[in-house]
Amino acid sequence: MANARALFDGETSMSGQSDSDTVLRGVLQDVLGLSRERAAAFTSDTGLFGHLPELDSMAVAGLLTEIEDRLGIVIDDDEVDGEMLETYGALLAFVQAKRGG
Amino acid sequence: MIAAWPGAAGEELAVAFDKARSRRVLVLPAWFDEGNKLRHFTVEVMRRLDGAGVDSFLPDLPGCNESLAPLHEQTLDGWRSEAAEAASYFAATHVLTIRAAAAIAPVLPGWRYAPQAASSQLRSLLRARVLSAREAGREDDRQTLLAEGRERGLELAGYRLGPAMVAALADGELTQAGRQRDIAQGDIGGPGLWLRAEPDHDHHQADALAAILSMELLV
Repeated sequence: MANARALFDGETSMSGQSDSDTVLRGVLQDVLGLSRERAAAFTSDTGLFGHLPELDSMAVAGLLTEIEDRLGIVIDDDEVDGEMLETYGALLAFVQAKRGG
Repeated sequence: MIAAWPGAAGEELAVAFDKARSRRVLVLPAWFDEGNKLRHFTVEVMRRLDGAGVDSFLPDLPGCNESLAPLHEQTLDGWRSEAAEAASYFAATHVLTIRAAAAIAPVLPGWRYAPQAASSQLRSLLRARVLSAREAGREDDRQTLLAEGRERGLELAGYRLGPAMVAALADGELTQAGRQRDIAQGDIGGPGLWLRAEPDHDHHQADALAAILSMELLV
C-alpha cells in the first residue's frame, strides 16, 4: 500500500517495480483531477485525446513527461500519434511495449 | 499586499505580507504555464504563513506576471540576480522556491518545493509545441525547435523566450540544494497542482506546505 500511495503522490523512486497500468491510472488521475474510483473505472476503450476537453496539447505534454519521469522511459516525438493517445488501452499498450523493450 | 521593488529594468511588483516580523520568506514562483497553475496555491501558502506570524514576498520576475519588461530579453542569469536583488530589498531571511525556480534560488536557507530541472520544464514546453503543431497539420520536432531556439529564440505555450534563455533552460540540470531543503510532493500529499489540466486549488496542500515551513521557522 505504501508503494501505491507513493505513486499517487508523484514519487518516482519506487515506480520501477510497479505495473504500468497502476502508474498510468495514477498519472491520468492527477492530470485530470479525477477521484481514484473514476480513474480505476477507465477501460481500454475509454477515450482520451479528443474525447476529454481538458486534455489539450499542453496537458498531454505534461502527461507524457510525467509518465517518462515515473516510469523511467523516454518517449520520442515521432512515437506520439493520434492512435497512441486515442484510448486508454492504446496508451497503456504503448507504455507496456516501451517498458518491455 | 501589493508592494513594489526595484528590478534591473524598472519597478516590479510583488505580493507581500509584510508586518516587519523577524522571519521573512522570499517566494520564487513556478515558471510559465506551471506558474499559472500554481499561483493560487502559492498565495494561499503565503496567507497561511502570515497567519503563523511569518512575512513573505512573491516578486514578479522581469518578463513575468505584471512585469512590463519583455520576456524574450530575460536570461536565467538575469532572473538569478533579480531574485537576489528582491531577497536583499525585502530583507528576506529564507527562500521558498516552487518547481523550476529552484534554479535561481539566492544564497539563503529555506526550501525547494517539488524542484524540477529547467531542462525538464523546457522538455514539456517543447513537446506541447510539437503536439499542437501536429494538430494543426504541421510537423515539428524537438531537436529542430531547440536548435532554432538556441539561435533565434522560441515561442513556447505563448511565452516568447530569447536564445540565451532557451540555451540556459536546455542545459539546466537540477543542482544540489545547497542551503535549501527539498520538499517532495509526497511530503505534501495529493497530486501536484502543476499537473492539473485546468488550474485548480487544494487547500489541504497549502495547509501542509505552510505547516512544514512554519514548524521549521518557529522552532
